[in-house]
Amino acid sequence: MSLVHPAHNEAPVIKGFSVRNLTVARGDRVILDGINLDLDRSGVIGLIGPNGAGKTTLLKAMMGFLPVRGGSVCFDGKPIAAWERTALACRIGYMAQGAPCFWPMTVERVVGLGRTPHLRRFGRMVACDADAVSCALEATGVAHLRTRSVLDLSGGERVRVMLARALAGCPETLLADEPVAALDPHYQLQVMQVLKKSTANGRTVVVVLHDLTLAARFCDRLVLLHDGQVAAMGAPEAVLTPEILEAAYDVTVHVGRHGNGLYVLPWDVSGPKMRAAV
Amino acid sequence: MCGEAGATVQNEVRDRLKSGAVISYGGVLSIMALAIVFLFVVGLCIGPVLIPLNHVVDSLFATDNAPFTVIMQEIRLPRAILGGVVGASLGLSGAALQGLLRNPLAEPGLIGASSSAALGAVIALYYGFSTLSPLALPVFAIVGAVLSILALFALTGRDPGVMSIILAGVALTSLTGALISIAINMSPDPHSALEIVFWMMGSLSDRSMQHVILALPFTVIGWAMMMSCGRALDALTLGEETAASLGISLSRLRFRLIVGTAFAVGAGVAVAGSIGFVGLVVPHLLRPLVGYRPSRLLMASALGGAVLLLAADVGVRLLPVDPEFKLGVLTSVVGAPFFLALVLKTRHRTL
Repeated sequence: MSLVHPAHNEAPVIKGFSVRNLTVARGDRVILDGINLDLDRSGVIGLIGPNGAGKTTLLKAMMGFLPVRGGSVCFDGKPIAAWERTALACRIGYMAQGAPCFWPMTVERVVGLGRTPHLRRFGRMVACDADAVSCALEATGVAHLRTRSVLDLSGGERVRVMLARALAGCPETLLADEPVAALDPHYQLQVMQVLKKSTANGRTVVVVLHDLTLAARFCDRLVLLHDGQVAAMGAPEAVLTPEILEAAYDVTVHVGRHGNGLYVLPWDVSGPKMRAAV
Repeated sequence: MCGEAGATVQNEVRDRLKSGAVISYGGVLSIMALAIVFLFVVGLCIGPVLIPLNHVVDSLFATDNAPFTVIMQEIRLPRAILGGVVGASLGLSGAALQGLLRNPLAEPGLIGASSSAALGAVIALYYGFSTLSPLALPVFAIVGAVLSILALFALTGRDPGVMSIILAGVALTSLTGALISIAINMSPDPHSALEIVFWMMGSLSDRSMQHVILALPFTVIGWAMMMSCGRALDALTLGEETAASLGISLSRLRFRLIVGTAFAVGAGVAVAGSIGFVGLVVPHLLRPLVGYRPSRLLMASALGGAVLLLAADVGVRLLPVDPEFKLGVLTSVVGAPFFLALVLKTRHRTL
């Protein structure tokens, strides 16, 4: 006797995100053009691609923030729009670009906001919420800042606070939009290390990156977007080749090895963009 | 050395202020509640006829027709109740709108909600709808307030900046002001024109229990809608998308806040005219004391608004001017310079 369902039953439900033929347009401009993506394994997935390739749009469409022209986004086999909001918020975390915060609340309060979907209606934070907040503060190395106002922090501290906020919700999947964009090398490495470490117990992290070396070193898989389409997908070694990168970014790159890690050095502009400039 | 130590102390005080550690949330609410009780009683005592404290309780519950009883039950009590209720509505809607727009300059008066409610009420008065049903006045005022907030959203978009809010508010206020002027211009006799003008200035004098009964149901619905938004407003501190990712429904939040504000402000304007700046000043002063948390600011600002308006209403009765200052005039005279200072401070921060 086999435990496998007979063939006429429904296809097995895909865990996590599954994006099918996703098309998003603003007016006449097509931003995402038939994206297919399955995020059914844990690990860090780097979303790379030139400016305007549709990376942020893809994250927002996956979160259900944008109207979709065609295709579908499902989580655990169920369309995003059909999910109960708080149930979905308990399982998916989101870090917006630029770590926005509008009032000078303390770090602890801001990180506590990450527990919002877990609280009962009109309920207060309980012990497990406080534990999750403490863990997140420790994991991102901002516990010593807990009584400081978020608006008084440096860029690096603020991003780590927002990362703590996202981790405090204990999401299975975390979508982070350019978390290291404005950081110095030290904080870039630190934030990537925290993200990598957070995948140890089965979490999936999708992170938008511009730094290809960070993408090479910290991501288990890469998705390269170009003109609203998936130009390449797979292990960093497979995606970060000079040919693929030149086609997408119009740059010549030097790809090298340091220890058992890969580094990517964009060296010169090339292709149609350069010709247009000259 | 000394300067360094001074700076450290200053930072510490600022941090404590920012975390709201100087005084607890419960402490803030208790102090404000006590102030409300005190000002309520003072409001019952003073006026053209001074009613001694020991007669206040007697005349409140008496059933005779003694002068003190009549003054207390038909003049002073409704005035004090309305002062507290309208003040709470203004403070609460200020806190709610500031949380929604993530901007300390939002206020029902500045964004045109009060003047639009006034326009609605003037239309009800002018065309005689208010003689058909006593409900017409608050309903028209509420409709006016709802329309103005919808117009504000249409003018400023989803993530409005300071300047666009102020400009849209100025535009809406001038438009409704012009329409009210038309009503005054066209009014059949000078007496009714004067009535509209005085009523526009905002006052709590000569109000009856009927005004209280008229305004209270709408007001309470509005309060409940705004009060239910605390957690969503906290999440909104991190921007609309992050709030949505935390399970907050932005469309439901906007609906509750807009309709809630319109109900509370509309009902308040219908019985007390337009009283400006309470919704601006109160949340701004209380925000540091509640650790800048929009959820806690709601209750604190409701109580604070009641304190401020009751105090102002005692103030207009104590000022040695004849005829008595209108309440809305006093709040504007105090509130407008405060607003200017706030604009300057905000400009410094954004530049």
